Amino acid sequence: MALLTTPRSAVRLASEGRPLREHLFKAALVVSVAIALGFLVVLIVYMVTKGWPRLDARLWENQPSIRRPEIAGAQSAIVGTLWLIGLTALIALPTGVLAAVYLEEYADRTRWYNRVIELNIQNLAAIPSIVYGILGLGIIARVLGLGFGVLTGAMTLSLLVLPIVIIASREAIRAVPTSIREGSFALGATQWQTVSRQVLPAAVPGIATGSILALSRAIGEAAPLIMLGAATFVPFNPEGLFDRFSALPIQIYFWITQSREEFHVLAAAAIVVLLAILLVMNSVAVWLRNRYQRRW
Amino acid sequence: MTWEGRGNVTIGQRRLGLAATATLVAALTAACGGGSGAAPAAGDASRPAAESDRLSGEIKSDGSSTVGPLTTAAAELFAEGSPRVRISVGTSGTGGGFEKFCAGETDISNASRPIKDEEKAACAAKGITFTELIVATDALTVVTGKDNTWATCLTVEQLKKAWEPAAEGKITTWNQLDPKFPAEPLKVAGPGTDSGTFDYFTDAINGEEGASRKDYSASENDNDTVTAVAGAKGGLGYFGFTYFEENSGKLKALEVDSGKGCVAPSVQTAQDGSYAPLSRPLYVYIKNESVKRPEVKAFVDYYAANISKIATEARFIPLNAEQEATLKSAVDSIQTS
Repeated sequence: MALLTTPRSAVRLASEGRPLREHLFKAALVVSVAIALGFLVVLIVYMVTKGWPRLDARLWENQPSIRRPEIAGAQSAIVGTLWLIGLTALIALPTGVLAAVYLEEYADRTRWYNRVIELNIQNLAAIPSIVYGILGLGIIARVLGLGFGVLTGAMTLSLLVLPIVIIASREAIRAVPTSIREGSFALGATQWQTVSRQVLPAAVPGIATGSILALSRAIGEAAPLIMLGAATFVPFNPEGLFDRFSALPIQIYFWITQSREEFHVLAAAAIVVLLAILLVMNSVAVWLRNRYQRRW
Repeated sequence: MTWEGRGNVTIGQRRLGLAATATLVAALTAACGGGSGAAPAAGDASRPAAESDRLSGEIKSDGSSTVGPLTTAAAELFAEGSPRVRISVGTSGTGGGFEKFCAGETDISNASRPIKDEEKAACAAKGITFTELIVATDALTVVTGKDNTWATCLTVEQLKKAWEPAAEGKITTWNQLDPKFPAEPLKVAGPGTDSGTFDYFTDAINGEEGASRKDYSASENDNDTVTAVAGAKGGLGYFGFTYFEENSGKLKALEVDSGKGCVAPSVQTAQDGSYAPLSRPLYVYIKNESVKRPEVKAFVDYYAANISKIATEARFIPLNAEQEATLKSAVDSIQTS
């Protein structure tokens, strides 16, 4: 890493050579960042302003109500979303990390089937989420007979984020220098010992960051859950793996399509809650990376 | 870099893993334990009998997003007397609802159109028998913006002219509908093709279900149509009556002439059927087998007995007396064998 950092003086010298182009490029970079952040700021400000009257305890203490928007809440949706994310993490993270370990540390890349697997994982990451919904409905809910509970939803979301977890974990594992593996082998460690005690610990920051970003994607998904019959009115929290559930994106969509303005305010408030959950998850990702990052 | 730190990192990671698991578990349990109550029951009129407190079980419902709110309101009112019956309502669309219903996955299917023959066949193949109930009425309302001063009434012919497939790219100004109208641009908006409202409107106006011009601003969210019509001079759109009622401040409902004079959409004209051909019945389908379960029977009985209150609370057009009587006798005679 240190080698890649150009001394500041060199940057200044270069910019003196061709000032206009340098300035234009820098301006383009700043504008790009401003556009990306600007939309986020606009979204947050708009939603907080609109949802402000309903951004209080009623939102997480009460269950949804179609008759009384003034007391309606999103508790079942918030709890449903937490269940989904928790279960998705439990299913997708171990599977994804182990798959990445296999592909990076064990697989023989000259074999055709390993190359096919690699190629397909890249492809899977680009499939529209509704397709995973159809897959979940057909295979998980019906053929496996798991029904329309929160477990089916989490398994489907796991399939959705698995490619992202695998790709992120592979990058992290690949970034661990070969010298560390060789050192471990030289001291007589087996491959399993090398992977579990050297490579994986060193790759944790990258794996954790990638995984949390993948879970953040899952949390905002509505399309596959609608296919799986996530209901828009569930006045009870899921208490087991096979209970019917709702989720925040679904609840938000249902409220937005209602005719009464009070529900639109409620939707804005629920969007703020969803954004807050996302923001917390992303902060954890940043914190993890900073806390455990190592440099060689 | 120093290697002495390695041991620490590992411990740190173990701690981290533990902390993450603990947080997750805590979050889930806290969320589940907290606030078990549904929204507090204020002004609880017409509570079901006390013995229904003992009912428990789960009732699954899915289907039309138009009818969903009605069943939801019924579930909410029913829950005031039978809080232990867990009723969930999904809104995956009339077709999506029947798909699950005929696969035996739901007890009640909400529909904004009658069941189709192929859906009946799917139900029959699974041995599922059902009872069709008409639970409310809707008046598809044709709207323009408030600043439309020229049109108050359109004939079915004119509506067809504006919406039929042949209108695509050709009918673009109001004076093409009627030479008396000004040459204002005609900006059409309406529900997307997945909607039961779209199916009904195209069937009633264009004479063929699903046949429509495609160059209109389409959205599955009727509020988008409200915005599109209210925001454009010369806008023309349609949706369910409640969306007009909520937005009557910025929209104007057109009267519809089906050959017997102009009729404005209203609760009255939808109930007596004079608002033709755009008033439509809304359906609920009950799986007969499910009615054997006492909680489903109690819910369906409650739904039928309190239909007018439910419809009013959910802001639907209630049934007329005759339809209500039909509904009650249909519920009474559900064959459970």
